[in-house]
Amino acid sequence: MEAYLIVSTVMFFAGVYGFLSRRNMLTILMSLELMLNAADINFVVFNRYLYPGQLDGTFFALFAIGISAAETALAIAIIINIYRNLKNIYIDEVSKMKY
Amino acid sequence: MMTYTTLTIVALPALMFLFLGLLGGKFKPAVAGIIGTLGLTIVAALSYMTAFQYFFQVGKVDGVYQQLTALNVNWLTLTDKLHIDLGILLDPISVLMLVVVSTVSLMVHIYSMGYMKGERGFQRYYAILSLFTFSMLGLVVATNIFQMYIFWELVGVSSYLLIGFYYTKPSAVAASKKAFIVTRFADLFFLIGILLLSFYSGTFSFVELNDPNGSVLGQPITATFMGASVLSWAMILIFMGGAGKSAMMPFHIWLPDAMEGPTPVSALIHAATMVVAGVYLVARLFPLYAFGAPEVLTIISYVGAITALFAAVVACTQTDIKRVLAFSTISQIAYMITAMGVSGYGGHEGLGYMASMFHLTTHAFFKALLFLGAGAVIHAVHSNEMKDMGGLRKYLPITHITFLIACLSIAGIPPFSGFFSKDEILVAAFEHDKLIFAVLYLTAGLTAFYMFRLYYRIFWGENDKQYHHTPHEAPLNMTFPLMFLAALTVVFGFVPFGSFVTADRLPYEGHIQWPIASMSILVGVVGILIATVMYRKSNDKPDRVAATVKGLYKASFNKFWFDEGWLFVTKQILFKRVSAPIAWFDRHIIDGFMNLLASVTSSVSHRIKGIQSGELQDYAWAFYMGTMVIVVLVILL
Amino acid sequence: MAEQIIFYVLAILIVAFSILSVTSRRILRSATYLLFVLIATAGLYLLMGYQFLAAVQISVYAGGIMVLYIFSILLTSHAGDKAKPVSWKRLLPAGAAAAVGLAVCGHIIYHNVNKVMSLVPFQEPTMQDIGRTMMGTDKYQYLLPFEAISVLLLASIVGAIMIARKR
Repeated sequence: MEAYLIVSTVMFFAGVYGFLSRRNMLTILMSLELMLNAADINFVVFNRYLYPGQLDGTFFALFAIGISAAETALAIAIIINIYRNLKNIYIDEVSKMKY
Repeated sequence: MMTYTTLTIVALPALMFLFLGLLGGKFKPAVAGIIGTLGLTIVAALSYMTAFQYFFQVGKVDGVYQQLTALNVNWLTLTDKLHIDLGILLDPISVLMLVVVSTVSLMVHIYSMGYMKGERGFQRYYAILSLFTFSMLGLVVATNIFQMYIFWELVGVSSYLLIGFYYTKPSAVAASKKAFIVTRFADLFFLIGILLLSFYSGTFSFVELNDPNGSVLGQPITATFMGASVLSWAMILIFMGGAGKSAMMPFHIWLPDAMEGPTPVSALIHAATMVVAGVYLVARLFPLYAFGAPEVLTIISYVGAITALFAAVVACTQTDIKRVLAFSTISQIAYMITAMGVSGYGGHEGLGYMASMFHLTTHAFFKALLFLGAGAVIHAVHSNEMKDMGGLRKYLPITHITFLIACLSIAGIPPFSGFFSKDEILVAAFEHDKLIFAVLYLTAGLTAFYMFRLYYRIFWGENDKQYHHTPHEAPLNMTFPLMFLAALTVVFGFVPFGSFVTADRLPYEGHIQWPIASMSILVGVVGILIATVMYRKSNDKPDRVAATVKGLYKASFNKFWFDEGWLFVTKQILFKRVSAPIAWFDRHIIDGFMNLLASVTSSVSHRIKGIQSGELQDYAWAFYMGTMVIVVLVILL
Repeated sequence: MAEQIIFYVLAILIVAFSILSVTSRRILRSATYLLFVLIATAGLYLLMGYQFLAAVQISVYAGGIMVLYIFSILLTSHAGDKAKPVSWKRLLPAGAAAAVGLAVCGHIIYHNVNKVMSLVPFQEPTMQDIGRTMMGTDKYQYLLPFEAISVLLLASIVGAIMIARKR
């Protein structure tokens, strides 16, 4: 079981690295997807190896997938809007809420 | 019944003040004046009625005049023993003062209808006159020393407003500030005296303070400070407050400058009523002075005597007629204070007290007359200086006669009232302390001299005076008060004053002691003769006399440089050495500390504002690292 | 035995492609690598015996969401664009964050090796099981979250249309 966990850990922290270092908003979103998937794998692994008789982990992962879809749709809608106004989607450009 | 009468006497001028102050501008000036005067007439009539009732009907019980408390309302309770009341105390001296204040105020109200005609702010003038009358009446009927202090300050405020009536004139504004600041400075000592006295005695009320068996006189206060008992200190401090208001040396500097106000104001406030408040204060607390602190009485008498002589010397050389009268007032009030100082408590010992109050009354009448007469003269020639006057007896007959009557009275010539009151003061001084008697005697001569100098310079000496427009006599509303006050001056001397007002409230029959009396008449006549020789016709004798005593003349003309002295103390010592360092400290250290706090906050915030960078990834990084720290701390440690 | 080989293959695929996805400079390649990661994850689910979940992962994630991403990438930039290189100042904190996280989690996992066990044997869930669990209202049954998710989806549809309308 620990092997699965190592895989999901690496995936998660790759997502963290990507979230903090990328410039394009869409790539940031993609890193976010990576993180979500890593968490899903964790749930499923714990379900499979610690509580095999129940289905809680899989259903959690199921609903997480659904929610992630909804959230991605909305995020992309916002990004499209930003693109229409600024003509690019670099994260540095949307920093008006500062001191 | 007397409660309501006396309450109306005090409250009606207050209502007049509010009414005229708020709504006076809506009326024509003459109407406002008539309303004010009518109010005062009612007050005067009620005062006469109260005096009649008190002195002749209800006041005396077993031959002793009672101290009746007509009203006493508990206003502020400080502790269960110490409380500030407002009330009305009827007593021979307070009823006397009611009569004096309301009479003189009524005369001034009538006179001002003519004198202030056409002035800007006519309604304001009448409103503040009413305020002053209210404050003075409240002061004289006070039941406790704190109420007296409250009205004391109110009187000072009214004086300030009235001296500075012509507020566009810089000299008037400066004079009103000077008056208020000097009297306020003296009142600081007054307040400390009050606090000392009330702390050790536990009460503010006059009846309890003066009670021979009460907490002050019954059990002697044993606390001492620097060799003198606390009671002496309290009484000296209280006297200093009175000295400020009554223009005793060295606090006298405000009174000559206060002549910048309109002349009726000078008559009312600075001759007859406000400046006698100090005398009244000593009279009110006289049992405490006589039994508790007799050495203070000695100090008081010496201060009074020196002031009397000093003011008389200065008055001999002044050329502004109102300044002469101002110094004359200082001198006469000093007479009253000295008389208080040489007095004992009752019977023949208490002659000084009785003489002082008698002189207060007669002085109020003839000094008000003098000022109002001077006002008529100023109104005729439009100038205050003696050099613009001369030979006016042809043009102003009524003013001339009344002025002459007042001058004879103040010089102490019988049968005018001034003779009787001044004579009794001299008798009291002679029996107490010969040195003070000598000083007062000399001052009496000087008084006669300078008053007749004034009289001759105004009304005689017409050889070289041409007026480019003839002066005309004042209208009836100005001459009527002159005639009324002159009549009072003539008649009042014959009132048996001792049977009404004495220190222990037992009637006392005073008799004229002819040796002293004839000496005082003699010195008065000598003064008049010298003045006649020098001033009746214009000649150069005054200049030759001045040349022979050049130093003394110069000192007297410059008022012995007291104003410059006080100015030096305040500017060089207080402002430069005391106030300026404190101001520096306040500006640089206290403000600097606050500014330092603010600038530190500002620069720190400037440095850390970069955290709010607007970059999403910076926020995410901070959030993430925070979570990591919490995880490490909680889960692993 | 076969399981282990498949597991290692899938694991290496996931690790390699996820790292490539976050470090690639071309966006479209990044998206493609992400797609591969998602498919490999579905493979992992299959390996563990949850076929339904694997199917959902492929259809929703790989099939729906990635398509959406590729649409938007092509809408907002030209395919083949190279992104500007990122400065060191940005990479360093990110790398440090990831490293710290890895250290912490690695420590936890290392600490708990071979400490878990389960008492119940594994059974692959049948469709009836899944259906009953999804539509049931007892304890451990998920009808309410199911309905809630449908409302959420409705809201997100409406929201997305509102945000992205052309004025």
